[in-house]
Amino acid sequence: MDATLSNIDLQRSHYDVDAIRAEFPILASEINGYPLAFLDSGASAQKPECVLRRMDDVYRRSYANVHRGAYTLSQAATDYYEGARKTVARYINARSDDEIVFTHNVTAAINLVAHSYGRKFLQRGDEVIISQMEHHANIVPWQLLRDEIGIELKVAPIDQKGNLLLDQLAKMFSHKTKLVSLTHVSNVLGTIVPIKKVIDLAHERDIPVLIDGAQGIVHTRVDVQDLDAEFYAFTGHKLYGPSGIGVLYGKKDLLNTMPPYEGGGDMIERVTFEKTTYRDAPARFEAGTPPIVEAAGLAAAIDYVDGIGVENISAHEQELLAYATERLNEVDGITIYGEAQHKAGIISFTLDKVHPHDIGTIIDSRGVSVRAGHHCAQPLMDWFGIAATTRASFGMYNSKQDVDALVDGLKYVKEIFS
Amino acid sequence: MDNDVRELYQEVILDHGKNPRNFRQPEDANFEAQGNNPLCGDRLTVYLKVDEDRVIRDAAFEGRGCAISMASASMMTQIVSGKTVSQVQYLFDKFHKLCTGEIEEFPQDEFAHDVDKLRVMSGVRQFPMRVKCATLSWHTMNAAVAGDSETSTE
Repeated sequence: MDATLSNIDLQRSHYDVDAIRAEFPILASEINGYPLAFLDSGASAQKPECVLRRMDDVYRRSYANVHRGAYTLSQAATDYYEGARKTVARYINARSDDEIVFTHNVTAAINLVAHSYGRKFLQRGDEVIISQMEHHANIVPWQLLRDEIGIELKVAPIDQKGNLLLDQLAKMFSHKTKLVSLTHVSNVLGTIVPIKKVIDLAHERDIPVLIDGAQGIVHTRVDVQDLDAEFYAFTGHKLYGPSGIGVLYGKKDLLNTMPPYEGGGDMIERVTFEKTTYRDAPARFEAGTPPIVEAAGLAAAIDYVDGIGVENISAHEQELLAYATERLNEVDGITIYGEAQHKAGIISFTLDKVHPHDIGTIIDSRGVSVRAGHHCAQPLMDWFGIAATTRASFGMYNSKQDVDALVDGLKYVKEIFS
Repeated sequence: MDNDVRELYQEVILDHGKNPRNFRQPEDANFEAQGNNPLCGDRLTVYLKVDEDRVIRDAAFEGRGCAISMASASMMTQIVSGKTVSQVQYLFDKFHKLCTGEIEEFPQDEFAHDVDKLRVMSGVRQFPMRVKCATLSWHTMNAAVAGDSETSTE
């Protein structure tokens, strides 16, 4: 065994899932008399003590509105808010804090790009390429723009296993292509898209790229300088931070060519009734009172994740994914959707003809939380010819016992429907 | 909770869910509406043949959804057949209140016999997220007789 491998093994053997679980108060809950088996982190992750404490502390000791308040508390809150920007910038290796725009979530970040970048740089007949496995958040903003200014929306295909067909994507590029907007990790299939390759291909033709990193940042190390995407969007609540805060990373020079998306306080340089001038990014895109305490909570979450190491979390999730795939295949009538070459800890399936909502309700009675439905990816469901799936998604705190509870729950479903 | 789940997924519901009655598109239907539950993506179409005296002569449906929504639609088509539009609107109101827990029991009126069947759906009360599954077909039927071609649980 070479040195690198044994190092990884050493790290993995130190992954103490019980110690991690102890940091998440909600995981001690009982649901309907059963221990909680929380398998819906792909929708939103639970929060560790350090995040809860940080937010509580800020509200109790350091809260006021940020910026311009010439007093101690406002300065303290501003330090938390701008400090969070530094934490995010460092975590994703941005060149500058000014490349980090705080939004409310990924949806808001993509809408920001569609409205601001889209309206300024795209015109009738221009094309935006997305993929077959996008979340509605990376479909609908482009459709709104299409209906407004007449752009075309092109959909890059996938294969039956859920791999993005890179060759076909590359063939779709033309002089009309003005943006590629792509998910990093499919929220339904778990596919880890080789975004670096896509970005390189697009850049050969000078096409800018936006990456929807809602799932991606949770499962992989993101280095925006290495990736070189023009935009990378992610959200706090899937990364063990609070809801209500998202991040749009954008290259600084590009952000500063883009007009504001929302107007209001904090984003202006000088306002008169005749004319207003705008501040540079990120302030330009942060009109109004921002999610102050949420930013502080996100910074705590990032420090926590970084302390454990996203590579270690990812290795743990891979172990769970392999175990879950094996155990689910023991259940008669299971069909798993998504068998891409590289997958994150997300597993979607159907069970005989039992509707996922029935599965969700029945296994919840045994303490198991999963998501059931179209997962905001109806075009992908239509492509597979199904209405819905049941989805289990793993977080850093999940254990093999959670997977066992899921499998037992599914056996109970079969018993009821037999 | 196990008991609640067993009460919800009792034999009658599972049977109607697996083998829905009147699952077809009648050629002579003169009222129809499509129902959507945007949260879960479930869709169904309710077809009615209503005569000049406002009596429902035939009721049928097509669509896809969970066991609860399929069973509820199936039972509904059986119950509304032969009733007047105003009678089924009255039943819808009572059924809706039964599912949401607004009333405990159906009133002991002229429909007591018909609605015995519907009582099995009342287990849905313990599962607020699933009430819409039970009521989607009824909302859709209600929209059809009101002349709205599309409805939604939202």
